Amino acid sequence: MPLKKTLRGLLLLPALALLAGCNAVLLHPEGDVALQQRDLIIVSLGLMLLIVIPVIALTLFFAWRYRARNTQASYDPEWHHSTMLELMIWAAPLLIIIALGALTWVSTHKLDPYRPLDQLSKGRPVAAGTRPLVVEVVALDWKWLFFYPEQGIATVNELAAPVDRPIEFRITATNVMNSFFIPSLAGQIYAMPGMETKLNAVINKAGEYEGFSANFSGDGFSGMRFKFHGMSDQDFDAWVQQARKSSETLSVDTYQHLEQPSEREPIHFYASVAPGLYDAILNNCVAAAQKCADSMMGFASDAGTKAPDMHAMMPSGDAAHADAAVAHDAMSMPMPAASESKSAPAAAPSGHTP
Amino acid sequence: MFDHLDLVKLIFGRLTWEALPLHVPIVLGTMIVVMLGGLALVAVITYNRLWGYLWHDWFTSIDHKKIGIMYIILGLVMLLRGFSDAIMMRAQQAMSFGANNGFLPPEHYDQVFTAHGVIMIFFVAMPLITGIMNFVIPLQIGARDVAFPFLNNFSFWMTAAGTVLVMMSLFVGEFARTGWLAYPPLSGIAQSPDVGVDYYIWSLQIAGIGTLLSGINLLVTIIKMRAPGMSLMKMPMFVWTALCTNVLIVAAFPVLTAVLALLSLDRYVGTNFFTTALGGNAMMYVNLIWIWGHPEVYILILPAFGIFSEVTATFSRKRLFGYTSMVYATIVITVLAYLVWLHHFFTMGSGASVNSFFGITTMIISIPTGAKIFNWLFTMYRGRITFSVPMLWTMGFMVTFTIGGMTGVLLAVPPADFVLHNSLFLVAHFHNVIIGGVLFGLFAGINYWFPKAFGFKLDEFWGKCSFWFWTVGFYFAFMPLYVLGLMGVTRRMSHFDDSSLQIWFEIAAFGAFLVLLGIISMLIQFYVSFRHRAALRDVTGDPWDARTLEWSTSSPPPSYNFAFTPLVHDVDTWWQMKQAHYKRPEEGFIPIHMPKNTGAGIMLGGLSTIFGFAMIWNMWLLVVVSFVALLAVAIGHTFNYKRDFHIPADEVARTEAARTTLLANHV
Repeated sequence: MPLKKTLRGLLLLPALALLAGCNAVLLHPEGDVALQQRDLIIVSLGLMLLIVIPVIALTLFFAWRYRARNTQASYDPEWHHSTMLELMIWAAPLLIIIALGALTWVSTHKLDPYRPLDQLSKGRPVAAGTRPLVVEVVALDWKWLFFYPEQGIATVNELAAPVDRPIEFRITATNVMNSFFIPSLAGQIYAMPGMETKLNAVINKAGEYEGFSANFSGDGFSGMRFKFHGMSDQDFDAWVQQARKSSETLSVDTYQHLEQPSEREPIHFYASVAPGLYDAILNNCVAAAQKCADSMMGFASDAGTKAPDMHAMMPSGDAAHADAAVAHDAMSMPMPAASESKSAPAAAPSGHTP
Repeated sequence: MFDHLDLVKLIFGRLTWEALPLHVPIVLGTMIVVMLGGLALVAVITYNRLWGYLWHDWFTSIDHKKIGIMYIILGLVMLLRGFSDAIMMRAQQAMSFGANNGFLPPEHYDQVFTAHGVIMIFFVAMPLITGIMNFVIPLQIGARDVAFPFLNNFSFWMTAAGTVLVMMSLFVGEFARTGWLAYPPLSGIAQSPDVGVDYYIWSLQIAGIGTLLSGINLLVTIIKMRAPGMSLMKMPMFVWTALCTNVLIVAAFPVLTAVLALLSLDRYVGTNFFTTALGGNAMMYVNLIWIWGHPEVYILILPAFGIFSEVTATFSRKRLFGYTSMVYATIVITVLAYLVWLHHFFTMGSGASVNSFFGITTMIISIPTGAKIFNWLFTMYRGRITFSVPMLWTMGFMVTFTIGGMTGVLLAVPPADFVLHNSLFLVAHFHNVIIGGVLFGLFAGINYWFPKAFGFKLDEFWGKCSFWFWTVGFYFAFMPLYVLGLMGVTRRMSHFDDSSLQIWFEIAAFGAFLVLLGIISMLIQFYVSFRHRAALRDVTGDPWDARTLEWSTSSPPPSYNFAFTPLVHDVDTWWQMKQAHYKRPEEGFIPIHMPKNTGAGIMLGGLSTIFGFAMIWNMWLLVVVSFVALLAVAIGHTFNYKRDFHIPADEVARTEAARTTLLANHV
């Protein structure tokens, strides 16, 4: 045992030393949400160590104390029950789990990624009436497309946001699952085709941060990374201006070209965006021949028992949107996680207009 | 009706010469080595005229002990394959930085990590667990075989058939590139049009039938075939954990079968269960597969808990502390195993209340698990502990698993999971519990029951080498992964840009190398023990002075296990019998009714391999032929009425007399 202990000690020392440095981004995040998640990790670990350390210590101690060669130690081969002791060994973990469970319940609700932020950082509440910066995120094979509906621009593989302004990400994907993750900013959330997930976050310090996909998505996965820039308001405005001056615009054609699988795609700025493109991506109807998923649901609910003729389901302008509104009330997607409709991945809602 | 081209397609489907890895040197080299090795093995068997022996005494055997041993050999062989994948991953990640792309291109690397996960869970851990349960349970409950002996042989060969398919994917075509659970849409036909996912589906479906049937078999065995006097609360702890595991298998594996069937329908006939078109939803797959997947974790760990209970009591020379609370802890874990699956996808957008619910149920599992750890701890308390190899593995487990359990509970806190999910922290956590829990338990079990199976003990020195290399290697391999996880490094990456991470991957690769030494030590241990089997011979049948019924038989036990069905009065029956100066009966033997060997199991397994292969490659003619053949053999087997025989009383008497002489000479 001592050998193993020494070895582990040797291993852990440099680990701790390095962790104390600036390398472990999860322990030194610059976004308030990630910071609260960091604190939660530390508190939970602390709570659990209360019981884990004694267990490991007792294991090693008993192993040494009651080794067969130590004939001094008492030996009681028939002793196998003690009500008092058994109460304790069930109660001790129970107490810790009660504490941790309470912490979990509160923090899960507080840090729910769908919940609009109530503070920019500790002690700085979000001012009433603050509108978050909306960014619509699309995971493509194998790059990230970001729409800025408020600014009317879009970018590929580069994301920026002003410091201390709440950001609301709306996230979807084209064909496979990815996970949108900027460790320094906030926890991750999946990007899934045909569904929209949300993440609310804020960055507290200017700088360049790593962002990437955290869910394996195929051959180009390793290169599916982007830089996230936290910027002052002026720098952010300049960044937006830079995008607006770009010679590229994101038309449906450009998008369909962009959508083709590619690896390590360079950064693109798009000065403008085809109207409704994000919703079309979300509803899987960018190609002219495709029916939008949201209006398809409307059709299904309207059609009732009539067998739907697929060819009759071509989009018909406003009618499709009227259908969608009906659909939203009439039926919900078979979503396993949708037990809380307010924050479950929305089934291709039609409400948003960029 | 068919022109020439169609006929070729009908026979060969998608299979062409292109499927052979002639252009990939690493795979080609492996293939040549494996083929040469296979040929050498066949040559040795032929030269020594062992085919008849293998066929009559092993392949067609319905003896639960032999089937158990075959499962364990299968699991250990596949451990070598799964570990080769691990070494390749560690090497790739240790070198693939910046301009260096390592030696595995993504399309190969993606297959390697998928195969590693699939093989380690389905074709290493499961066969080893099933093998040990098969071998031990009938002996521990005083039975002569399992409830359905033929089904047992059939189950084994179905598992072997699945294994053969996985191994074939290495050389003919390719394996899935999707990760071990093959989430759609990535595993759908649009994103994975080639045969990889089909290999995945059919190998798991075929092996899954084996697992399910073996689960039913062992469940019935435990419920119906216990020796008189062995009430549920007098069952050895290992039997209890096996009972719970088989309940989990029977309830969980059909879900896996169903979800893979739905995925097959999506892939083969164009349904839309998991696509975004026409109202399908990929999250349904994720949901279903984890409803199987989480209980699966407990299917693996519970028997390991049982092994640790047996080992701790035996080597502390003391009754297991808190048997009743151990039993209830096991049952609570079994029930809770079904209430936690959503913690695998907190980050897919469930609401806060749903996430909290599943987070808290997950944490609750740590209460019975913690109670178990304390029970082992207090079993050691006031014991007389001998640190034989099985006990060393148990000690390694108690320390290692506690750490893994702690990081697991941390991951169960949803907001923490939002930053740790899919990271190397997660990878470190589940290896921490699967290696430190399941694998250490299996190694403890193998070292513990080996003398019972083969009549001689395993060499202690090489066993200890193996333990230390594995344990120290484990810490070197996985502690850096915890650190990398905190540095925000995600899993399944084949290349990194940030060279400051490299040192951690190099430490991890060094750890994997130590584990390799551990595996080599284990192989040497088997070899050395075989060479020195005379010196290591276990004459008494009870080399550890142990406590449960299996140790009352000779080592190895006679084919009928017990000449007379024992009477049980206590949890530690054999211990109590020894205390009461039990005398073996030496006369009055009667003929023993036993099941007869049959070749139907291996034939069905072989045909299933062909059927699966044909489905994978769309060889429709062969699909029909092999399926009809499967039905024919299965129905044909039902007409086999010569299924049992009696071991004559004088043969039993001779066997038992030989043991009497042996014991007398020994003392």
